[in-house]
Amino acid sequence: MALLEVSNLGIAFGGLQAVSQLDLSIEKGHLYGLIGPNGAGKTTVFNMLTGVYRPTEGNIVLDGKDITGKSPEVISKAGIARTFQNIRLFSEMSVLDNVKVALHNQVRYSMATGILRLPSFKEKEHEMNRRAHKLLQIFDLDGECNLKASQLPYGKQRKLEIARALGTNPKLLLLDEPAAGMNPNETEELMQTVRSVRDQFGIAILLIEHDMNFVMGICEEITVLDYGRVIARGDGKSIRNNPKVIAAYLGGD
Amino acid sequence: MPLTRLKNMKKSTKSKIITYGIVIVFYLVVQILSGAGLTSSSFEGQLVPICAYVVLAVSLNLTVGFLGELSLGHAGFMSAGAFSGVLVWTVLNQNAPTWLAVLLAFIVGGCVAGLFGFLIGIPVLRLSGDYLAIVTLAFGEIIKNVINACYLGYDSKGIHFSLKDAASMGLEADGTTLINGAMGITRIKTVSTFTIGIVLVLLSLFVIINLINSRAGRAITAIRDNEIAAQSVGINLTKYKLMAFVTSAVFAGLAGVLYGLNYSSLVARRFDYNTSIQILVFVVLGGMGNLRGSIIAAALLTVLPEMLRGLDDYRMLIYAVVLIVMMIFNQSPQMIAWRKRIAERFKGFRKSDAKKKEVA
Repeated sequence: MALLEVSNLGIAFGGLQAVSQLDLSIEKGHLYGLIGPNGAGKTTVFNMLTGVYRPTEGNIVLDGKDITGKSPEVISKAGIARTFQNIRLFSEMSVLDNVKVALHNQVRYSMATGILRLPSFKEKEHEMNRRAHKLLQIFDLDGECNLKASQLPYGKQRKLEIARALGTNPKLLLLDEPAAGMNPNETEELMQTVRSVRDQFGIAILLIEHDMNFVMGICEEITVLDYGRVIARGDGKSIRNNPKVIAAYLGGD
Repeated sequence: MPLTRLKNMKKSTKSKIITYGIVIVFYLVVQILSGAGLTSSSFEGQLVPICAYVVLAVSLNLTVGFLGELSLGHAGFMSAGAFSGVLVWTVLNQNAPTWLAVLLAFIVGGCVAGLFGFLIGIPVLRLSGDYLAIVTLAFGEIIKNVINACYLGYDSKGIHFSLKDAASMGLEADGTTLINGAMGITRIKTVSTFTIGIVLVLLSLFVIINLINSRAGRAITAIRDNEIAAQSVGINLTKYKLMAFVTSAVFAGLAGVLYGLNYSSLVARRFDYNTSIQILVFVVLGGMGNLRGSIIAAALLTVLPEMLRGLDDYRMLIYAVVLIVMMIFNQSPQMIAWRKRIAERFKGFRKSDAKKKEVA
């Protein structure tokens, strides 16, 4: 049984069928790519997987549990975390606090413990800090942990989003254009980081990316969407030479 | 030695101590001055309202500054707390020791306001932005108007209640009217003191500062900064929005009790939207998400109209000018930069001072 089984997934907004008949099977510890021209429905797929949109048809099963149409909060607890195409950090909070918010369901204590500063408060906060610093170290952000998230440069904001997503201790991580706006050096570095995150945490990663070198370089399986439908699937080489994919990107029929 | 310890402390802890310190120093200074007979009676009359407004501003800041939702119904919660608390006090003050009656008045007032916050919060917090502001404004007005139409009394047969007029309560001749419609509650034995007020201010600061620097508070602030992202990391939006809203309402209720027990009569008209907006002005002027700012703005702007009483017609004009000047001083980017420069110069001065001492 795969970690994530998506079958016949579809969503319509009024008369517009944005995604239809999407099947996807994701195994633990692997790296998957989701590509396609602008408007193909890639982010819509992410939004359905994370509960932002409720699919109009089909099923999403994570680790044997049906999570179709559940709220983002429930899906996060079930084990899917994501980053956003247009960065969504808690911009007025510190870098450290951004990650600590993500540890919300990992390290828990009650409202009363927090207000009355009961003995367990210190202990739990200490654990939260330790785990948050550890995550920030992976992304080389520990030195900036007291800055406001909005004060970080763009590339580091993208990294912080990944660190935050990992804070929820996911089984599956969805990255929406992680390399957008990065220069080739930064992209190369990010590739290393994504790989090492996969190895270190043993999680599955599904990413949307327009940078073909990035996708071809690290993804073991690539799914190509066009007009909301899967037009090709396979490893980098077979996708690169697939006439349907070339037609979708370059136009023609 | 303690000075170096202060230097090594975490920034948040330091700022916490300064905030509590301001309140305590203010209390001590006023006590010393009034002990020496240096305060005017009109100023002394302002002390309890100052405390009440500080608590209101601090609690509204939780909703507006930390949760990021504009609420215009804060006076509604204040009045729910004031009326229920004062009722408890008037019923109990003959039969119970004063301290117990006062304590119960505060507990009941806070709980009732919190209950209102909960009931109103459930439908209202599904909205956001302007819509939420308008609906909270409406709820505040509804609370005011319902209390305005309330007639409540008791006699040997029990409790009587009517929403029509005093006569339709059907009280016996020996009965006592508790709430008399638009006339509200009268002949209240005033019991609020500056000390009770300061204790309440410290309590509200303690709860709200500790709340926002904890797991729940981070969830609340995260919702303010980005609702979608907060949900995506597994935060229950409804729960934390309600938590902030209800906590805020409870302290508005407690402030209402403090306020109500300071005057011999209590009318619902006092808690209309003007009051809500006045509290919001304190919060915005002091800086959203800045509790110390709320305290200072609430205290200054409560005293100011009283101090300007001598200027008669020009009073509100000057009040408005002061509002604008304070706004510029607090929020304008140039002024913020100027304040930073001054602060740095001051720090540099101290450093060179220290060096001189070392040389010596």
